[in-house]
Amino acid sequence: MNTTNLAEALPRVYEQPQEEKTIIALKDVSIYYGSFQAVKQASLDIYEHRVTAFIGPSGCGKSTVLRSINRMNDMIRGSRIEGSVRFHDHDLYAADVDPVLIRRKIGMVFQKPNPFPKSIYENIAWGARINGFRGDYNELVETSLRSAALWDEVKDKLKQNALRLSGGQQQRLCIARTIAVQPQVILMDEPASALDPIATGRIEELILELKNSYTIIIVTHNMGQASRVSDHTAFFMVDEKRRGYLEEYAPTEQLFLNPAHKKTEEYISGKFG
Amino acid sequence: MLSETLFGTDEMMTSLMQKRKAGGVVWKVVFLFSTSLAILFLLLLLVSVIDSTFGYVAVRNEMEPSQLVAGKDAVSEFSRAELETVLQEHLSSGILRRVLHDKPLQERSKTDLVSLAQQYVVKPSVVRSWGLGDSLLDQKSIEAFMAGNEGLHLTFRSWINWSFFTSDQSANPLNAGVRTAFLGSLWIIMITFVFAFPIGVGAAIYLEEYAVDNKLNRLLQLNIFNLSAVPSIIYGLLGLAVFVRSMEHITSGAFLSSVSDTTANGRTILSGGLTLALLVLPIIIINTQEALKAVPDSLRMSSYGVGATKWQTIASHVLPASIDRILTGTILALSRALGETAPLVVIGASTFISVDPSSIFSKFTTLPIQIYQWSARPQGAYRNVAGAAIITLMLLLMAMNSFAIIMRDKISKKKRMES
Repeated sequence: MNTTNLAEALPRVYEQPQEEKTIIALKDVSIYYGSFQAVKQASLDIYEHRVTAFIGPSGCGKSTVLRSINRMNDMIRGSRIEGSVRFHDHDLYAADVDPVLIRRKIGMVFQKPNPFPKSIYENIAWGARINGFRGDYNELVETSLRSAALWDEVKDKLKQNALRLSGGQQQRLCIARTIAVQPQVILMDEPASALDPIATGRIEELILELKNSYTIIIVTHNMGQASRVSDHTAFFMVDEKRRGYLEEYAPTEQLFLNPAHKKTEEYISGKFG
Repeated sequence: MLSETLFGTDEMMTSLMQKRKAGGVVWKVVFLFSTSLAILFLLLLLVSVIDSTFGYVAVRNEMEPSQLVAGKDAVSEFSRAELETVLQEHLSSGILRRVLHDKPLQERSKTDLVSLAQQYVVKPSVVRSWGLGDSLLDQKSIEAFMAGNEGLHLTFRSWINWSFFTSDQSANPLNAGVRTAFLGSLWIIMITFVFAFPIGVGAAIYLEEYAVDNKLNRLLQLNIFNLSAVPSIIYGLLGLAVFVRSMEHITSGAFLSSVSDTTANGRTILSGGLTLALLVLPIIIINTQEALKAVPDSLRMSSYGVGATKWQTIASHVLPASIDRILTGTILALSRALGETAPLVVIGASTFISVDPSSIFSKFTTLPIQIYQWSARPQGAYRNVAGAAIITLMLLLMAMNSFAIIMRDKISKKKRMES
């Protein structure tokens, strides 16, 4: 199969730039579900071509913050946001911004693998087709599956229903599906929590490869995972009113080895959570 | 501190276990009893229908075939020449002229001539009919009846037979058939489907996928639930006021200036179908909403996640994932419409029609209306005809429901195997 065109179009593996460039900036983000405030004034910068991990105890709002970045929260009835989320200096919540367009630029991989109940091929091709992709679909499918380290396992059964793959394969297919529409950022909401250790390991390897081409934000409960894959870690906590807030945000090594806050230290050493 | 002894000794545990199991057995028996009771009543229904559909009939002929042609006991044994002579000689001049006007005797088939001779010359009439049970078990009293009445013919008759499906209505129970009613039912159901399916599914998609959770929409939802519980006769009154009276110009076909002889004001197939469409609309909406609710949100999310719009998500993922349930629900709703009598009686369905409905502006009758009519007539033999019509209706319903089940299985199998 001729892959030259697309292979050039797809971002190549290159040296990580030393300089950290902000791609997404959250400023004083508060999120409400009805009258309940789920997140209280979180402010943090996400850097391009880095993996940022969100950690914290259950109910600390880390998934909520993640979903606010590609406006998935809009789907939840009664949700409301204050503060600003900027992507390349564009306000994502400005009145003239179309959330559908944002979700193409900022893709998402969910906790439970959720491929479409269609063929493997169609899982990849569908998103590209609705977004007006005009290239060679066979190439796109192959390149996306290769990027998600799934090609060798499925190349002979592209017409097979995706639901017949194993859980780990399904999750990698979901990543391939996200890559296929060429987003700049990939949001991952506990992508490995429903998988066994081996499948988890493969997802982690994949994340490390993908960060050369994409900016990745990953929510995880697994602190080992955060320390293995991420460059920056944001630690969220819950206050006495059950509101989530950002306790500490630092380069991963610093946060795990030398946390500035006492609560962070307690959490990463397993005292609660 | 908790310890195992708080649960008692081993013996106490054994006896408690027996009690727990006994409780389960009692409930199991209760459930089995309810199931058996339901099956018993279904069987009773079937038995009573079958009982009236088959059995002996005592028939009196106005003119015995043997009197017409010596030595032959049945019209069907007559030769073609004999039949033609008999018809020429015995038909009254008016009927003969009409028959000849329709088609000359020479051009008619032999079965046609036989039925003409039966209908106009032999003129059999049912003196008394017996059910299947009496026919098999109480033959003594049948014999006694036959002995007390001279000149009767006793034959075992299946009231449901081919000519029952192909004949139209008749004042003589022996010749009555369901063709017009059967066709009427099919026409009505078609109209009902054409109107109720797109509107119902559309409304359900709006309510389930688009409507925001506000007071107005909650009120709308509540009203749909209430509408599904409104007695069908109320829909009949609504149909009478709206479709038959107010929209007569349209429902009678007058606006197309295609008023045929069979049209009766607005009491047409179109009015009947629209009335039943109103009746099943809430059911289709609720069924479709349930089908859409059963589609997991994760499927919608994954579609939005790759940058799909709402409509793309619905059209490419939500509807394909729920179409089998939607169709099954719709067919079950249509089955209900098929069995409805009251609203059609209210909007003025005809009860005696010998001409097939030819368009949506025709007069009509349907199977349940015929069943009601026949079972209400004084002649006992019509109850047998009604029994046969009930079997016809049940066969039609069974065919529709099996179709729904087969289609659902086929679609869900296809979904599993997908390309």
